[in-house]
Amino acid sequence: MSDIAARIRTLPSGRPDGAVDHFARRALREGTVRVAFDVAPSPIGDLTALVTPRGLLALAFETDDLDRLMESVAAKVSPAILRVPSAIGPVRSWLGSYFEGSPQPELHLDRSLITPFQDRVLTATASIPPGETRTYGQVASLAGNHKAARATGRALGANPIPIVLPCHRVVAADGSLHGYAGGLGRKRLLLDHERETAIHR
Amino acid sequence: MNLPPFQRLVDEHARPLHRFLCGMVGPVAADDCVQETLLAALRAYDSLSHHRNLKGWLFTIAHRKGIDHIRKHAREITSPSPPDRAAPPETVRDTELWGRVACLPPKQRGAVTLRYLGDLPYAEIAEVMGTSEPAARQNVRAGLASLRKELA
Repeated sequence: MSDIAARIRTLPSGRPDGAVDHFARRALREGTVRVAFDVAPSPIGDLTALVTPRGLLALAFETDDLDRLMESVAAKVSPAILRVPSAIGPVRSWLGSYFEGSPQPELHLDRSLITPFQDRVLTATASIPPGETRTYGQVASLAGNHKAARATGRALGANPIPIVLPCHRVVAADGSLHGYAGGLGRKRLLLDHERETAIHR
Repeated sequence: MNLPPFQRLVDEHARPLHRFLCGMVGPVAADDCVQETLLAALRAYDSLSHHRNLKGWLFTIAHRKGIDHIRKHAREITSPSPPDRAAPPETVRDTELWGRVACLPPKQRGAVTLRYLGDLPYAEIAEVMGTSEPAARQNVRAGLASLRKELA
């Protein structure tokens, strides 16, 4: 039995990569993909962008647990998640401009993973000019509840769209960086980059 | 229990699905059938009610796409067709066996390719082809016997 069986096993073939690429593009075009993702390289490491037809849903650092993120998105948004490089073009452009220090094009966001309180907090961070920082307490006040510094910290820590929603501009009252989902090293790099860019503008 | 991200299914099963379809419909048509299979699966995925055996589910769709293709192109398939010229050299070896597999009756071809190219156990072959497990074994056995005879 095994003689022929072994020969059959060696029969094919090329790889299915071409077919899979075509499939992904067709699926995106016909609207069957609910969440598309791909990796965008950046000066602070690879960033994985997840987008929906509404906009950028999540941005993940290479140190994040991607499997867990994907599973959570599958449960909360849709399991129809597919890698489609062309789908994250606008995110690539935005990141390209940001890390060059030039003005960023408008980027639509999908806030499905953001709670209402978190939305107020993150919107408040977006009002902090690049090159500047605010404390957790100040951001809590901006978000409408000056006593909620701790909850504000948690809301920032769970920011699904870091960098674009600049939770890194929030620091401890004594000026220390405090914490960052992508690690303090990245937080420092982002703040230094924004300070330099702000000076040269 | 939630459905896994569809990309995980693609990562795990695109290769065996493609191998299986190469055996079923030949390497040129296999690319199209892989696309059609994944498209059909993704269209149904959001509203899929069962979560068990997603691999078997994918192969069932692939098998149906293969059969559809064979029916549509019955004339081309009955003559042994070697792999296309564009394929890398290593895939062109054993064109004789390739042609013979392509000439097996659809049930034997399906069972043999599911077994040895898709790496499916007999229980899953039975499920994919809508037969009993003994029938799946029998189809594989008959297919191999026929190939051994013709290639002897």
